[in-house]
Amino acid sequence: MVTASTGLILQRNFLAYRRVWWIFATGFLEPVLYLFSIGVGVGALISGFEVGGREIAYAEFVAPGMLAASAMNGAVLDSTFNFFFKLKYSKLFDQMLATPLTTSDIARGELAWSLLRGGLYSLGFLLVMLAMGLVSSWWAVLVLPAALLIGLAFGAVAMALTTFMRSWQDFELVTLTTLPMFLFSATFFPVTTYPGALRWVVEATPLYRGVVLCRELTTGAVSWDSAVSVVYLVAMGLVGLVVARRRLDSLLLT
Amino acid sequence: MTSSAPTGTLDGALRLVDYWATVYRRTWRGSIVTSFVTPLLYVLAMGVLLGGFVEADAEVLEGATTYLAFVVPGMVAATTMTTVVGEVTYPVMAMVKWNKTYYSMTATPLAVPDIVLAHLGFVAFRVTVTAAVFLAVTAPFGVYESLPGVLAALVVQVLLGMAFAAPVYAFAAGLRDETAFALVFRLGMIPMFLFSGAFFPVANLDAPLEALARATPLWHGVDLTRMLVLGVPDWSMVLVHVGYLLALVALGWWWALRRLTRRLAQ
Repeated sequence: MVTASTGLILQRNFLAYRRVWWIFATGFLEPVLYLFSIGVGVGALISGFEVGGREIAYAEFVAPGMLAASAMNGAVLDSTFNFFFKLKYSKLFDQMLATPLTTSDIARGELAWSLLRGGLYSLGFLLVMLAMGLVSSWWAVLVLPAALLIGLAFGAVAMALTTFMRSWQDFELVTLTTLPMFLFSATFFPVTTYPGALRWVVEATPLYRGVVLCRELTTGAVSWDSAVSVVYLVAMGLVGLVVARRRLDSLLLT
Repeated sequence: MTSSAPTGTLDGALRLVDYWATVYRRTWRGSIVTSFVTPLLYVLAMGVLLGGFVEADAEVLEGATTYLAFVVPGMVAATTMTTVVGEVTYPVMAMVKWNKTYYSMTATPLAVPDIVLAHLGFVAFRVTVTAAVFLAVTAPFGVYESLPGVLAALVVQVLLGMAFAAPVYAFAAGLRDETAFALVFRLGMIPMFLFSGAFFPVANLDAPLEALARATPLWHGVDLTRMLVLGVPDWSMVLVHVGYLLALVALGWWWALRRLTRRLAQ
């Protein structure tokens, strides 16, 4: 039953995007363009960084960061703006609940769609990295599940928070959270750039966990510390899912 | 009624000042994050922190002695672009399609040129405020070499803003479906933001891509802004940049009147 209802919602989203497939397709472009601009263009001005005791080119350093950040951005975009529109404006979820679908089906289905979309973008990005010679370890095959995990963690929490939003103005807060993480979570430069306490703050952000996890996988610097990031992101995703389902129950079934 | 029909386009546009003042009073708070906090965070992350790892060579960095000094003027020009494009996409769609405000305006003695001039005038005001605040806030970073240059750069932001606003306005005015804006952002604005010399010298690109980057309006704005604030203007290039941007404004104005007239007549 679970898989059948999730499949239905996936199919619904697929049909909805069929006429605007190019919006879907060009979503893949943004992280790749960032990689070329920052990694290659700005990278030509930087000598490179040390990761796992090895000096790597700047593009190789920044690429896994871009991958993690775009997994976050994609999931957050889907679970905030798109989700809010369906919840408040198109009343899509109210319509779905008039069918045998339940609120858990909706939460799972929408999240599955967002993960499928994010997974496709991540796969494309990984292939670009491979073609550019920015992957130096077989651990990199685990980058795809890692990106999905980042998507799950951010998507679930964002969906839970969106149920509390009152108007579009509240979305400024989304930008105010994701943009600093994108710019400061060791995506563009090593965490050692920060002094003492500030470094702790950065290391505690979820995007930092995602960025270092992806970087450890593509450069082969995997260690037991990598497990910390995995546990962190799994816990974040589970908490988000539970809250999202409860909130949807109280918002839609009253 | 003592007021009579407007006697000219400027007179007509001035009749709309109170309308736009009301809009601004209601919306300016929402623009703080996009037009102010965002670029400041970019300056901190890219300019200060990442810039600490960049070997500063004035030969490579187009006359800038640090990466911060190179990237800040680039960010100023890029912010001008993103600010104005945001102001003439969805808001114009709302005036034409969703709220139909333009139809109400044309039901008065106001004509299409009055409406376009008032709307673009508001955008010019928005970009002036945004750029002035941005220049003031980044001044303590110590990257500006010449005060007259900074003031000239402020004027340049208005010109650059209009060079983007007028053509994009024209495009938006005739558009039926807002999904096309995603194309403007993803295939126009983001590539320009990333490759038109704001973050790295366009000379780092392959020759054909470099030529393409130099053909974009943003590159002209970035280069003009950078040489002005660094106090090293090359006057012949200044003329080229200003001429290019003015031509875009004129072309955009002409196209905007044409597209909006046709749209409102339907």
